[in-house]
Amino acid sequence: MYSPSPAAIHYLLVISLFITCYNDALFPQTGQAVVTVLERLGHTVEFRAAQTCCGQMHYNTGYRNDSYTLLRQFLQVFADAEVIVCPSSSCVAMMRDHYPKMADQLNDPALQSQVAAILPRIFEFSEFLTDKLGLTDVGAFYPHTVTLHSSCHGLRSLHLGSKPADLLKQVKGLTLLELPDADQCCGFGGTFAVKNPDVSAAMLSDKLQCILGTNAEACTGADNSCLMHIGGALSRQRTGVRTVHLAEILASTEKSS
Amino acid sequence: MSVRVGEAASALPFPEAAKKLVANSQLRRNVRHATNVIRSKRGRVVEEMPDWEQLRDSGKAIKDHTLAHLDQYLIQFEAACTKAGGQVHWARDADEANRIIVDLVKRYGSDEVIKVKTMTSDETRLNVALEAAGITPFETDLADLIVQLGDDKPSHIVVPALHRNRMEIREIFMGKMGLDSLGYLPEDLTAAARKYLRERFLRVKVGISGANYLIAETGSVVVVESEGNGRMCLTLPEVLISIVGVEKVIPRFEDLEVYLQLLPRSATGERMNPYNSIWTGVTPGDGPQAFHIVLLDNGRTKVLADPESRETLDCIRCGACLNACPVYRQTGGHAYGSVYAGPIGAILTPQLQSMEHSQTLPYASTLCGACYEVCPVKINIPEILIHLRTKVVDSGHAPLAERLAMKGAAFAMSKASRLSLAHAFARLGQWPFNDDGKLDNLPGLLAGWTEFRDLDAIPSQSFREWWSKR
Repeated sequence: MYSPSPAAIHYLLVISLFITCYNDALFPQTGQAVVTVLERLGHTVEFRAAQTCCGQMHYNTGYRNDSYTLLRQFLQVFADAEVIVCPSSSCVAMMRDHYPKMADQLNDPALQSQVAAILPRIFEFSEFLTDKLGLTDVGAFYPHTVTLHSSCHGLRSLHLGSKPADLLKQVKGLTLLELPDADQCCGFGGTFAVKNPDVSAAMLSDKLQCILGTNAEACTGADNSCLMHIGGALSRQRTGVRTVHLAEILASTEKSS
Repeated sequence: MSVRVGEAASALPFPEAAKKLVANSQLRRNVRHATNVIRSKRGRVVEEMPDWEQLRDSGKAIKDHTLAHLDQYLIQFEAACTKAGGQVHWARDADEANRIIVDLVKRYGSDEVIKVKTMTSDETRLNVALEAAGITPFETDLADLIVQLGDDKPSHIVVPALHRNRMEIREIFMGKMGLDSLGYLPEDLTAAARKYLRERFLRVKVGISGANYLIAETGSVVVVESEGNGRMCLTLPEVLISIVGVEKVIPRFEDLEVYLQLLPRSATGERMNPYNSIWTGVTPGDGPQAFHIVLLDNGRTKVLADPESRETLDCIRCGACLNACPVYRQTGGHAYGSVYAGPIGAILTPQLQSMEHSQTLPYASTLCGACYEVCPVKINIPEILIHLRTKVVDSGHAPLAERLAMKGAAFAMSKASRLSLAHAFARLGQWPFNDDGKLDNLPGLLAGWTEFRDLDAIPSQSFREWWSKR
C-alpha cells in the first residue's frame, strides 16, 4: 500500500469533484479513477449531485444566454466547496478564461465577486496533484508504453506544461514516448468536429499518424473530449491503439492492474 | 454605402469549400510545407528576442491608443501629408475607392498601372474596376503576379501563392509569358518574372500600392517588402496612388521602432525586411511627382464601434496566425472565401461584410488558441470568434437542428434530475446504432462525427449512479 511522504501533503482536504457532464455520462471510469487516486492520498472526496455542466459547449458555440444559466448553477452548487477538482482541462479553461468575462457581460457585481472567489479553488486534476499537493509520484503502476496528447486548453490556457508528463514519468512500469507535433490540435474543437467534419478529420488523421508513429500501446491526456475524438478514429481504423485518461493510469497500482 | 470584401458575399460556406480543398493532396502538401518553413523560421527569430513579450504589449498598446483616437490621428495625417505635397482622398466603401482611383488613372492619361503590396485593393476588387474602365493592372509582387497570371485567388495574406509549388508556377509562367522553355529552379522562375516585370516597371506611368503604416505626425507612408519590386513601383512611376485602410495609421515616427521589429519576425521569420520604403508626400526631382492616397473605411468604423471585437483592427497583417492555425494548415486560404484568410480572416471578413454572408467563418476554428499565442499585437482571436458566434446565433442564423439540440441540452443541464433522465433516454435510444459497444453510424448532427470516428456506446452506469450506490 502506497503512503505519501509527509512532506508532500501539508493537510488533508475535502475535495469536491466536478466530474463534468460528458465524463459523468460517457466516461464514468475516469471519475472513479480520480476518486481512487485522491482517496489513496488520504483526502476526502465529495460529489455534489446537483452539478451538471460548466456551460462550455453553449458558450463556445454562441449560445451565451444558456451558458449564463449554467454559470449561475455552477456557482450555486460549489459556492462553499473548499477545493474543486475537475478531470477536464477544457472545462477548467472555460471557467478560468470565460467566467470572469461572463460576469462582466452580465454586469452583475455580485456574480463578479462570486466568480473571483471561486476560481482560485478550482483545479484541473494534474495541476491539483502537482501544484496544490506538490506530488509527482502518486504510487501508480502501469506497465505499458504510452504517449501523451497535450490538449490545446491544457497547453495554452492552463499552461500545464510538463505537469502531466511529470506525473507519468513517476509511474512504475510506464514507458513514456514523446509525441511529435504535440502542440497541434487534434481537430476536436467541440461542435467544430460536427460542423466541419472534413477539416476535423484531416487534422485528426495527422494526429493519428503521429500517435501511430510512436508505436505506443495507448494515448493518454488530461481531457477525455480530445481522447474521445482521437480514440474514435483509432477505433474506426482498427489500429488496436487505445486512449486512456491520465487519471486512470494514475489510479492503477500493482494490486489493481 | 455598400461594404464589400472581395467576392466573400458569393463565396461557398466554409465547410463546403474546405471539403474540396482537403481532398487536394498537392495543395495540402504545398500549404503544409510552406507554413512549416515559415513557422520554424519565425520560432527561431522570436526566441532570440529577450523583450518579445514587451514588444507585443507595446505593439498592442500603440494600436489600441490610436484606434481610440482614430479621428484625430487621421486628420493629423491628412494635414501633414497634404503639406508635404500629397493629396488625400476619403473613401467610404469599396466602390467609392475604386471610382476615385479609376478617375485618377484616367486623369493622368494612362491605360495601364503597376501594382504592389495591396491586399486592400483585392478587398475592393480594384482590378475588376480598372479592367472595366479599360485600364490594365499588372501585379508586380512575385506571388501576386503568380496569382494574377494563374487566374487564381490569393491564399495567404503575406505569401499569396503559398498554395502553388514550383512546377505549377513554371507551367503558369510558360503559358502566360509565352515561353517555349523554362527551367524549374527558383532562379529560373525569378529570372523569367524579372524579365517580364522589368519592362513594365520602366514603361508604366502610374503605380498603385498599399501601405503597412501611415505616420500621423509626419504624413509619411511605409511599405515593407522582401523583393524590391515594391521599391520599383514606389519610385519609378510618375504618379503613385496608395490605397490604405484607415486603421493603418500610427501616431509617431518612433512607433515604427516597435512594428519594424514585430512585423518581419512574425511574418517571414526575418530579422528585418530587406526593403523598407518610407515616403512623405512628393520630393521634387526624385520619385513620383504626384502622390495620392485613398483612405478606406469599407466597414472599419463599424468594427471600431463594437468594444468586444474592435481589437481586430490592431492587426498588422503579418500572417503568423495563418501559419500557426491547424485549420488553415489543412485547407489553405481559399476555403475562407475572402482575401483575408485564416484566423484573422475568420474574424475580419464577417465583421466588415455583414454576418449573413460569412456566418460559417467564425466556426472555422477549434479555438485551439495557437493564433492568439503567436499574434504580435495580442489579438484574442478565439475570444472574438466566440463573440461572433454569439452574433450568428442571436441573429437567428444558426441551423435549426443545432438550435433545437442546444436548447434541449440547456434544458437537461439546468437541473441534475433532468440530466439523469436525458442520460437514461440516450442510453435507451442508442440501441439501434450500438454495434458491439461502438456507435458508428449515428443520424442527424452526429452523422458528422460517425462519418470519420466511432463513439463508445453510453455505459450502463453513469458516474453519479456509481457514486450514489457506493
